[in-house]
Amino acid sequence: MAVIEAGQPAPAFSLGREDGRFTRADLEGRRTLLVFYPFAFSSVCTEQLSIYDDLRDDFTAHGVTLYGVSCDAGASQRAFKEQLGIEIEQLSDFEPKGEACRAFGVLHPGGFPQRALVLIGPDGVVEWSYEAASPGDLPGANLIFDALEAQAV
Amino acid sequence: MRGPESARLVVVYGDFECPFCAALELRLRELPLRVAFRHFPVRSSHPRAWPAARAAEAAGLQGRFWEMHDALFDDQGRLEDPHLWDRAERLGLDVARFDADRRTAAIEARIAADFRAGVRAGVATTPTLFADGELHAGRPDPAVLDALANLG
Repeated sequence: MAVIEAGQPAPAFSLGREDGRFTRADLEGRRTLLVFYPFAFSSVCTEQLSIYDDLRDDFTAHGVTLYGVSCDAGASQRAFKEQLGIEIEQLSDFEPKGEACRAFGVLHPGGFPQRALVLIGPDGVVEWSYEAASPGDLPGANLIFDALEAQAV
Repeated sequence: MRGPESARLVVVYGDFECPFCAALELRLRELPLRVAFRHFPVRSSHPRAWPAARAAEAAGLQGRFWEMHDALFDDQGRLEDPHLWDRAERLGLDVARFDADRRTAAIEARIAADFRAGVRAGVATTPTLFADGELHAGRPDPAVLDALANLG
């Protein structure tokens, strides 16, 4: 299984959010970056989300909204977000577990998301994607900015 | 920037609360290299990284950046405000000025600029070291450091 590729439409999916569900329809009309990460509270995920969160203004300037996605329960994600002191909204693929991750091609055989990034355009089509060589590798945010700037040309 | 002018330049992106950065720093002090330090504080992992970076820059305004840089890495267990004031005093700084300076937007902007420049150059973790245009992420292999120093 490999991460969904650029040019493909985002699959139908449903993820838990604080006030309901986040689905394919929520992607329409704006640019979205889904940040798939293996586990809330693990050290690499903490570092990754902290760095990305500190770049929120830069992402906003590029017209892109970031969401963190993991298979953790919503309550765990809320605790994680609170502890990190970050603003990036968290989406939960807990029930049915891993189904959205599977649809995006990022479900690790161990039952958690690969560390992957999926950039989706306002038309719901994938513009760029990236899967880390291993779940422990932290993708630099420069990869995202390079991708966003390539789209802008 | 410090170290002999003729030595090879390494640029270190670091976080004063990161233990691997402190380990790298200890090694760098022993090597004949020219070192430039850039801030890459990772807030959620290291809640005192930003205040420490601000302290180093505020000391820099009184000409004591490297002294504060070393004092921070030498005792990462003590990075709370009273510890920062204590360091400032020991370094002979004007503590009131230090304390006012470290809170300014100008210093925040300076650290944020380092962080952004690091991101754009591909920094994703600390420490990250650049030498001869090559990026070395994480705790560098001692052999890499030795090679850089010996060739320098």
